[in-house]
Amino acid sequence: MSTKIGEIVESNCTEFTAECYELHAIPPLGSLVKVTAPTIEIFGIVCHSGTASIEPGRHPVARGKDETSEEAVYQSSPQLMKLLRSEFQVLVVGHSIDRKIYQYLPSKPAHIHAFVQVCSPEEIKQFSQSFDFLSILVNNRSQIPVEEVMAASLREMSKAQTDPHAFLVAGGKALTIILSGEYHRLKTILARLKQ
Amino acid sequence: METQPNQNLGIVVTGSVEKGTEVRLDSSASVEDMVVGRYVTIEGKKRRFFGMVTDISLGVTDEEITISPPDTSDAFTAEILEGTATYGSLHVLPMLTIAGDAKGIIEGPQPVKTVPSHFSQVKLASEADMEQVFGKEDAARFFIGNPLDMETKLCLNLEELVKRSNGIFGKSGTGKTFLTRLLLIGILQKSKATNLIFDMHNEYGWAGSFEGGKGGVKALKQLFPSKVAVFTLDEENSRHRGVSTDFVVRIGYDEIEPEDIALLRQTLNLTEQAVEAVYQLKRHFGKGWMQKTLDISDADDVETLLQGMNIHESSFANLKRGLATIRRLPFLMPHAQINAVDTILGYLDRGMNVVLEFGRHRDITTYMLVANMLARRIYQRYQEKTEVAMAGKVTPPTPLVITIEEAHKFLNHEIANQTIFGEIAREMRKYNVTLLVIDQRPSAIDEEIMSQLGTKITCLLDNERDIDSVLAGVNGKNDLKTVLARLAPKQQALIFGHAVPMPVAFRPRDWGTAKSYEEFSRGDSPEKKAEKDIEELFG
Repeated sequence: MSTKIGEIVESNCTEFTAECYELHAIPPLGSLVKVTAPTIEIFGIVCHSGTASIEPGRHPVARGKDETSEEAVYQSSPQLMKLLRSEFQVLVVGHSIDRKIYQYLPSKPAHIHAFVQVCSPEEIKQFSQSFDFLSILVNNRSQIPVEEVMAASLREMSKAQTDPHAFLVAGGKALTIILSGEYHRLKTILARLKQ
Repeated sequence: METQPNQNLGIVVTGSVEKGTEVRLDSSASVEDMVVGRYVTIEGKKRRFFGMVTDISLGVTDEEITISPPDTSDAFTAEILEGTATYGSLHVLPMLTIAGDAKGIIEGPQPVKTVPSHFSQVKLASEADMEQVFGKEDAARFFIGNPLDMETKLCLNLEELVKRSNGIFGKSGTGKTFLTRLLLIGILQKSKATNLIFDMHNEYGWAGSFEGGKGGVKALKQLFPSKVAVFTLDEENSRHRGVSTDFVVRIGYDEIEPEDIALLRQTLNLTEQAVEAVYQLKRHFGKGWMQKTLDISDADDVETLLQGMNIHESSFANLKRGLATIRRLPFLMPHAQINAVDTILGYLDRGMNVVLEFGRHRDITTYMLVANMLARRIYQRYQEKTEVAMAGKVTPPTPLVITIEEAHKFLNHEIANQTIFGEIAREMRKYNVTLLVIDQRPSAIDEEIMSQLGTKITCLLDNERDIDSVLAGVNGKNDLKTVLARLAPKQQALIFGHAVPMPVAFRPRDWGTAKSYEEFSRGDSPEKKAEKDIEELFG
């Protein structure tokens, strides 16, 4: 059973933003996360994340001049743990109903305050049997280049596979078809897949 | 991994009846395993197609890849692009089709009149597929070789083959002689026809030459002594070579007719008028015209003779010079005791195959003179016999296959109408006589005659005109051209035409090893035949 790492604070059909329960406990870029609702599980790929002040007007200031390590800064100012928060954005790439996975957008967005979990290797394996989710990613306008997200998602998923190389080759082939006519974009992604 | 039969090679993506189909190669099949000339089956929705791979190409989905290809050290990118952005494609020419319903199975393979539907699967043809198309070795079918890169036996229906004139072509040294020997054995074993072979280079009767090998290889008479007779024009040469000849051919001057001289006009360098004079001299002197013409030496006699016939003196001198060349041939004599034509016919009637060796007389004048003379008379006899048979009184004569070498000398545009071979090729089987033409310059053979050849077997040809002439009128000519031009210089040939359901590139079966001889002679000895008969009778 996967453990929850945060909950949704902003949501729409194509993406959602979640706040982490623990400061800095952000899932890696490209990792597969899921939101479980009574009848549906929504899958997404982490496409952006960051840590900032909880109040937009209060900018954090440097505090470590006299400290020996980053850890010491937090120890001497324990309130920081409450004044800062880590958030991550997730692009929705699919959902499952009755355990059947569909790699296209769900009919409704995830609820605010719904729990977000990192998928287990088994779930990743099951989800990554198809590469249709890549075509959702490719057309998305995320804040960081989508090529980075796509490469990161394949790299992350490959860690759960028994033969990561074969998985990356198969993923690369799927990308080649999606990005036909965009050879340079394809090359950029492939360069980021190499092990 | 080697590509296996029945492995999916790819799918049909485009196509037309005229140009053939384009098959996108599956990424699991290596383009380097494919070869032109290979057979494939295409599983259409309603019917199966048999086709030949006639071209293999590399494609890219994006031209950018060709401009900035992945680095050679970048195996990962190359692996990903292979089969997706870069792919192999096959050009397949569908040739036969079998409908999937019961009627289609009974009818067997039919010529292609449509193309397989989009995304039909393409597989390498299996042995069973090939057998379905070309049949098994049986009483009428002779095993001539294996299709390229396959172990299947390619069998030719020789009953069908000998019904029409056929041709064997190829550059010098590509294995025409071997193929011819094979085919002659086939005709001898599996068809009712007999062979008459004008053997210019002494290769078919007794031990033949074997390029690149030591010593000679066995030929027809050694393998089938009871079915083959060797006739020779040069007794001495045959004796030196240790050939056991059956008959020494001698030709009398009185057997030479004006038509025989007319054919040699070019080789003897005769003028039109000189040839015209021959006909007049024949009318004047009758049967012994040649002897009598050569005998006239007195100037007055010549003048009187020429004045009477209105022949110019220079033409006569030209003719006499030509006739003197012929007279020098040692096998010619004023009168031959035994008629060579009758003897040959006698042997042929008994079902024997006759090989006429030319010994040292390998010049084209001799070959043309003798081959034409004998063939014309033999053909006349066959014509008479067939006409009598048509009247319903007797059975028609056994079909005869006449083998001639250097065929373009007989069948070129200028003299094809005059030689008997031109007539045989055109009139074909009406009189049960057909030709087996062997040549290295098919482009020099008259187009009309080339078009009458039923089955053509061709080894490697590299002259553009020769290739065009051999493939003239064949369906998918341009595709076959690629296959033909890529045959190995030795021991590979392409066969197409009447006797085969579809063109096929093949490797002729072995010749020259003890095992091959045994296989050829198997079933030929009377004891074995008797055993087989008994077996058939009592099961």
